[in-house]
Amino acid sequence: MSWEDDWRRVRAIAKKDLTTELRAKAGFNGVASLAVTILILLGLALGPDADALRNAAVGAVWLATLFSGVLAFNRSFQVELESGALEPLLLYPGPRWTIFAGKLLANLIFVSLMVAIVTVAGIVLFGIAIPPRWPTILLVIALGVAGLVVLGTFYASMASRSRAREVLLPLLLFPMLVPVLLAATTASKALLGADLMHEAGAWTRLLIGYDLVFLIATFIAFEHVIED
Amino acid sequence: MPQTELSRESRAAAPPRTSAFFGFIAFAALIAAQVFSILTSPAEADMGHLQKIMYVHVPAAWMAFISFFVVLVFSVRYLWKKRENDDLLAASAAEVGATFTGLTLMLGMIWGRPAWGVWWVWDARLTSTLVLFLIFVGYLALRAFVDDAEQRARWSAAVGAIGAINVPIVYMSVKWWRTLHQPQSSPSTLDPAYTMGLRLNAIALLLVTIYFIRKRYEIARLERAVEHLAEAAAMGGK
Repeated sequence: MSWEDDWRRVRAIAKKDLTTELRAKAGFNGVASLAVTILILLGLALGPDADALRNAAVGAVWLATLFSGVLAFNRSFQVELESGALEPLLLYPGPRWTIFAGKLLANLIFVSLMVAIVTVAGIVLFGIAIPPRWPTILLVIALGVAGLVVLGTFYASMASRSRAREVLLPLLLFPMLVPVLLAATTASKALLGADLMHEAGAWTRLLIGYDLVFLIATFIAFEHVIED
Repeated sequence: MPQTELSRESRAAAPPRTSAFFGFIAFAALIAAQVFSILTSPAEADMGHLQKIMYVHVPAAWMAFISFFVVLVFSVRYLWKKRENDDLLAASAAEVGATFTGLTLMLGMIWGRPAWGVWWVWDARLTSTLVLFLIFVGYLALRAFVDDAEQRARWSAAVGAIGAINVPIVYMSVKWWRTLHQPQSSPSTLDPAYTMGLRLNAIALLLVTIYFIRKRYEIARLERAVEHLAEAAAMGGK
């Protein structure tokens, strides 16, 4: 009963955020275009040798995702702050964590769509051959995106309300994401090849552990961060 | 007279002074330990006198970890009890910890250049120490960019606690990342001729660390006391 109510709140907030995004479209188009642009610039900086590009492809896709993801997370709170809508949102009855969960869900969908575009662009631009174990790579990408979105949404809830939010969010977020970056790139690279050292499994477990630890930690901490 | 009223209030809010005598002892101990270790330790077979960097480098790294442990403990305690002093203590420890982490990294590079021939290697310890440094630079930047004291305390406590949780995960991931590709030789154990100097320096630097954190905490308390007074004056009250 109560769980159903909470779930309804989460969905309502996610739906509100996504509807705002869908009506304006400018946000998603801008962020996704930026991601592809970063990918192209990385290709230009690292190329034109085809082998060098193929080796750097996974890292390039993840860096483009991180750099443009940061903009998405700040946006998710900025729209509400500009219209002074965060305080009324906090005044609604119900637990505060549902606000975090709703924003998390909306950002997860937003960033997943962006990553889909970046990945396809990466495959095309960097000449990646799709390996037989592509479903496992999809799992690794999903876990990496989950870690990125959990911490990104959490830190954006603070950074977007501070001075200098454009600098503060990447400064807080990127060092925290080092394990995600290492695990996602190394596992993806291994799976693109033959995974001779059988390391993809260990990295995937590390990603699962990381996601769970920070999902719990941020849900606990969010109550302290959002209260006014 | 408003003058006397202000001074009485500021005296009431003023924290206990850190004893200058303790500071003197701490620095004297550090100098003594340095002199002892430099005079007693023989020139190392491979590195020669370059080894003596260890007497600052290794204790500084330990002090950095101790400082960040203090940040974790007092951040969690702040979130639990909401006492302003816990936040100020965590912030003081974070500043001291970031300083010692920076010192560790700089000395490591100065040592690495002649010993390994390069300033930097992407080894697990080096890389995770650098990431730790960046996490706490972020923590200090957050404090600098948030004006409201209460909000700053809550936010930095959350960031401090979550950053500290990440430290072992970062270490583990960088270690895997390295060892799965290029096996690293294990660090050689320390010869007994060097252990005494290292221990003494660690104790001396611990005293210095405590002195730094206390002194920084005292300043932070004074700064807060000034802010409280300014707020009270702005409200037109006492």
